[in-house]
Amino acid sequence: MLLISCPWCGEREETEFHYGGQAFVAYPADPESLSDEEWAQYVFFRDNPKGAFAERWVHSAGCRRWFNTVRDTVTNEFQS
Amino acid sequence: MRLPEGGEIDRTKPLTFTLDGVEYSGFEGDTLASAMIANGVLQVAPSLYRHRPRGIFSAGIEEPNALVQVGPEPSLQATTVRLTDGLVARTLSGVGRLTPDSGQRRYDKRYTHTDVLVIGAGPAGRMAATTAAAGGARVMLVGLSYPSGNVRFRGSPQGIPPADGAAELRVLSGARAFGYYDSNYVLVAHQQTLWHVRARRVILATGAHEQPIVFENNDRPGIMLAGAVRKYITNYAVLPGRKAVVFTTNDSAYATVAALVQSGAEVTVVDSRPNPPDLAPQGVEVISGLITNTDGPERLTAVSTQDRRIECDLLAVSGGWQPAVHLFSQSRGTLRWNGQAFVPDTPAQANHVVGAANGTFDTRAALIEATEAGVEAAAAVGYPVPPPPLPAVREREITPASPVWLVPGDPRNQFVDLQRDATVADIRRAVGAGMRSPEHVKRYTTIGTGTDQGRTSNVPALGVIAAELGVTPGDLGTTTFRAPSVPVSFALMAGRDRGKLHDPIRTTPIHSWHVAHGAEFENVGHWKRPWFYPKPGEDMETAVLRECRAARTGVAMQDASTLGKIEVVGADAGEFLNRMYTNGFKKLPVGSARYGMMCKADGMVFDDGVTMRLADDRYYVTTTTGGAANVLDWFEEWSQTEWPELDVRFTSVTEQWSTIAVVGPQSRAVIGLVAPDLDVSNEAFPFMTFRETTLVNGIPARIARISFSGELAYEVNVSGWYGLAAWNAIHDEGKPYDITPYGTETMHVLRAEKGFPIVGQDTDGTVTPHDLGMSWIVSRQKDFVGKRSLRRPDTARPDRKHLVGLLPVDPAELLPEGAQMVASDAPLTPPVPMEGHVTSSYRSAVLERTFALALIKNGRHRIGETLLAPLGDRVIAATVTEPVFYDKEGARRDG
Repeated sequence: MLLISCPWCGEREETEFHYGGQAFVAYPADPESLSDEEWAQYVFFRDNPKGAFAERWVHSAGCRRWFNTVRDTVTNEFQS
Repeated sequence: MRLPEGGEIDRTKPLTFTLDGVEYSGFEGDTLASAMIANGVLQVAPSLYRHRPRGIFSAGIEEPNALVQVGPEPSLQATTVRLTDGLVARTLSGVGRLTPDSGQRRYDKRYTHTDVLVIGAGPAGRMAATTAAAGGARVMLVGLSYPSGNVRFRGSPQGIPPADGAAELRVLSGARAFGYYDSNYVLVAHQQTLWHVRARRVILATGAHEQPIVFENNDRPGIMLAGAVRKYITNYAVLPGRKAVVFTTNDSAYATVAALVQSGAEVTVVDSRPNPPDLAPQGVEVISGLITNTDGPERLTAVSTQDRRIECDLLAVSGGWQPAVHLFSQSRGTLRWNGQAFVPDTPAQANHVVGAANGTFDTRAALIEATEAGVEAAAAVGYPVPPPPLPAVREREITPASPVWLVPGDPRNQFVDLQRDATVADIRRAVGAGMRSPEHVKRYTTIGTGTDQGRTSNVPALGVIAAELGVTPGDLGTTTFRAPSVPVSFALMAGRDRGKLHDPIRTTPIHSWHVAHGAEFENVGHWKRPWFYPKPGEDMETAVLRECRAARTGVAMQDASTLGKIEVVGADAGEFLNRMYTNGFKKLPVGSARYGMMCKADGMVFDDGVTMRLADDRYYVTTTTGGAANVLDWFEEWSQTEWPELDVRFTSVTEQWSTIAVVGPQSRAVIGLVAPDLDVSNEAFPFMTFRETTLVNGIPARIARISFSGELAYEVNVSGWYGLAAWNAIHDEGKPYDITPYGTETMHVLRAEKGFPIVGQDTDGTVTPHDLGMSWIVSRQKDFVGKRSLRRPDTARPDRKHLVGLLPVDPAELLPEGAQMVASDAPLTPPVPMEGHVTSSYRSAVLERTFALALIKNGRHRIGETLLAPLGDRVIAATVTEPVFYDKEGARRDG
């Protein structure tokens, strides 16, 4: 079980968190102007790197705040 | 046989025990196995499949043969069961039986954090722990060692500092660390407690397991691991045999030779090396060679080398040592083959491996490693210590081992895994069938899958496979190590989370009334909801028809308190909801309510419910019972991560409010009595508005005109504290109208008669608002999450599955929910094209027939077509209809 550092509460057990997938995937400013392919990229496609991955977590059983972090998908070590 | 002196047993404390119905005696400090050997009982239950005689093979957690049942606990190893007075045990062939009740025993969990966790309380582990603790770091030392209640720092080897000086050293002895997870999270079984330990640093000093050698008839009682023989002599003062042969590939067994000689046994050594070292005491014959076979009626009476037969009653075997890398491997550390064994290579977490567990078998070198690891760990956790002086330990010269993977012989009787009764012949069959990976061979032969986790079979199996394939074990690699690395009882893992404490139950403030009035309950998420209220003699069908009739013709009431409720507050609350819901909420007038639907970004329906506007900056959102937590999370996510500039906050108020639905043509009269200050006329209190008022019994209430049945209906919201009082008030005032309580089943029937979908029942995450025929709720003006997806080519297809009605041709036939529908001309032999499935199906009181909702391909364009539900023994024909079955024009809403 991961030990995850919440920026507001400090280190807590993984069971207190929910995973939010890749970070920095912004909701498009004007979805209607996007092509089907561009919109599909936003909705369905995410990176799946081996190594450092910027991702979102939410401390759902704690302060309920979302935060971004970088995790190495090989070692599970958090880098930020 | 018990030796006259020696051992760590307490001879002043004799104990009696019963094994397979026979009473024996032992001493405090014995294991069950050592006490058995003391009584001359070496033989245990026969093997699982081949029914071959077997004996105690080891002296620890690697034991494959000596399995016993003690009380309710099956599959314990006699070698790790501590002898207690009056203990009753039964030997088992391979498998035990779980008893459904673990007795009165209470199991518990403890959670702890420590700076340094040391696993293994042998010399290296104790050295590492005391070193790491010397500077003040919190250290936990977990060790298997029996018999002592506390690990004794016996000064063996001499000079290891005692633990007393370190205040923060906690010792768990007789404990088994069995699972090593991410971020140094380790599970430890200690008596009746399961410890969850989070450590900043872990030091693994888990030792090594001696390996057997594969030769013909290597499974007789009287054949034991050499290190086990020595442990029985030195720790327990028991001698397993008087005329011993020691078969070894390495130096370590010579300590056993010395111990045997010292105990008065007659010893012959067979050493696989061409030039065995001169380590045996004077007078002991050392033969260079191999044991090829054994003999005996059951217990061993003789062994054969290539050219000799030696009479004996004990064969001590040492095929080398495999570091106990289970936990290190679970921590995702990689292994390396060093020519003799798999040793730790690269760690994946903040841990160190020391001593025999690291393949370091020389005591002095092991202690140096342990000291270094202790110093490094102490520094890493912020409590540095200077390197302590090393204890005085003699350095030894080691003659290289000569591993023997397979001695020629009959492969059907060359055992590789004693617990699984698997032989070289089994491995040859697997390899002959083309298997190369040890993972495949393991699954085919089941080698290593016993409760001993292959501690004495994995490496020999790899040796045999490698020999068959002409490679080295290092080329093959090991199978994956998984938790638990030692058997752990289910009861221990469950702890107190069993029975009523297994899963939380949520009940509404009105629950006691439902129970008192005979409700049958339905589980909805964690909630217990009244399902229907059978009167004496009624079955479910009759009760539901009666409840439905009351709602359509008189008045009925339901506890709807489980509805999810969220207050959405802030200057931008309306704007926020506009972006979440497919329809608009920004312009909803204060005092009004509106039904809304939400989609995920893919355009699929996610949740729905009615929202009231309490004030300019305050909305009261209701969600589905099951979706409440998800909707709150969804709101938080978008608010925090996408639109932090919006002034909006969310509070779950599900449990703060009780909600009671009052439904039916006579509901207006009842509400008029319940809320005497309220003008309940349709003009003063129209549909989809709400009013704040005070109930007849003084309770403040918020009453809304909301209908989930198509009938004239009200929802009375009161503080949760007053839920039961409000329910009673409504029930009392409704008595003259014969008000009828109803449950979730009736609610489902009533809404289905109107074609109202239930998210999660009539939808499954692949259904858009358009698929439901609810295009009217999809705004064309504003953006909302998921909107763009609704014109993706696949989402906009006209022939998607649509929500439609189904009327069985025989009005008494009830379609089962989930039934697949096929075209009437479809072949009834596979493959049969599926047209869709039934999502809801009921008997209707008001329609006086059965009816169903279904998701059907292109359904809206197939109204009037007959479809078939093939159900194995029968076929139900049904006609596709509009999904609204009752009061299509909506005339009943205003009463």
